[in-house]
Amino acid sequence: MHEWALAEAVIATATKIAEQEGLKQVTEVTVKIGEMQDVERGIFRFALTQLKPENFRNTKFLLTKSKASFKCRICGNTWLFKKTKLDKETAEAIHFVPEVAHTYIKCPKCGSPDFEILEGRGVWLESIKGAK
Amino acid sequence: MADPRVNIIDKRLKNIRRIIAVSSGKGGVGKSMVATTLALSLVKRGCKVGLFDLDFTSPSTHIILGAEGVQPCEEKGLIPPVVHGLEYMSLVYYSGNHAAPLRGADTSNALIELLAVTLWSDLDYLVIDMPPGIGDAVLDLIRFVKRIEFLVVTTSSQLAFETVKKLGGLLQELGVPVLGVVENMKMTESTNLQQQTEALGLKFLAGIPYDPKVEAAIGDAENLLKTEVARKVKAIAQTV
Ligand SMILES: Nc1ncnc2c1ncn2[C@@H]1O[C@H](COP(=O)(O)OP(=O)(O)O)[C@@H](O)[C@H]1O
Ligand SMILES: [Mg+2]
Ligand SMILES: [Zn+2]
Repeated sequence: MHEWALAEAVIATATKIAEQEGLKQVTEVTVKIGEMQDVERGIFRFALTQLKPENFRNTKFLLTKSKASFKCRICGNTWLFKKTKLDKETAEAIHFVPEVAHTYIKCPKCGSPDFEILEGRGVWLESIKGAK
Repeated sequence: MADPRVNIIDKRLKNIRRIIAVSSGKGGVGKSMVATTLALSLVKRGCKVGLFDLDFTSPSTHIILGAEGVQPCEEKGLIPPVVHGLEYMSLVYYSGNHAAPLRGADTSNALIELLAVTLWSDLDYLVIDMPPGIGDAVLDLIRFVKRIEFLVVTTSSQLAFETVKKLGGLLQELGVPVLGVVENMKMTESTNLQQQTEALGLKFLAGIPYDPKVEAAIGDAENLLKTEVARKVKAIAQTV
């Protein structure tokens, strides 16, 4: 449900960019959704359509998915995030604040929590198209 | 293209009258103690208050408050639970009792996330408990919270005060309001730091004595409000 808060952020940002670029109508907004945050797409899409302003009347919202991958700063190992390996509570904590992954996930090779989130963290406004 | 979260922060904080970051160049000077007591004192004054623990790697306010078994309510965002009359937000809801080994960029990301999704109600004050130093949290608050005001804590040691000078000086240079300096855990009547503070053009808010009763009041908000620390902080709460 906190998907609404994120959808609101997307609309606010897309609105601002449309203004800056002088777009009268916004036709397409692409949002990349990182696997870690695991935003519920149905709710997110619904929230976007409910929150959109007038000049987004005909906007198509494209939601793309980005796999989450990590790179260990200690041993250099890279690996993929697997939500299925987490218990429900941990997955939910990461859903709210992906950074707490550093609390619960360790490098499978060396056990370090000091890894970089290469991609797939959260919600990202990828592109916006429209007519001037 | 763009991080959507940063554009919603203004809206999330729009209905908060004052936002006060309790900060210091040093750790262990009593930021968390002062921030928590200040927030509780403002509640006692009848204000609507939020407390936000931004010391992600060493959070303490939940222990001082004795906040246990509470969790934000998930609605169209996260609604902070009310603890002793204040809306209380901390990363511990998600990191639990475990360590959160976060680098700067992670701290920043977590901070932006929580600012973007936390739905505070109309507050008179949001008190923020800061991590020590002039790091990501200070810079991010200056960047994202245009109305931020700082309350700076030092101990009587010149070692602590030197770091406070740097923080105070930077804030002054950037035009960020500094409510003043609190000298905490005072063991003497010396006015040395008060004079040094005033010479910097900063307001000296209060000297808080070292109070051995504080330790036993940790986790017990009602008793905390009866300590000498709380008595002094209440006076600060009257002036802010
Ligand atoms: N005025 C005071 N009298 C006695 N103990 C204090 C006082 N202020 C803070 N303390 C204690 O000093 C320690 C450091 O305080 P804390 O608020 O955690 O500092 P910080 O947040 O700056 O790291 C804690 O154990 C706290 O209970
Ligand atoms: Mg602290
Ligand atoms: Zn490793």
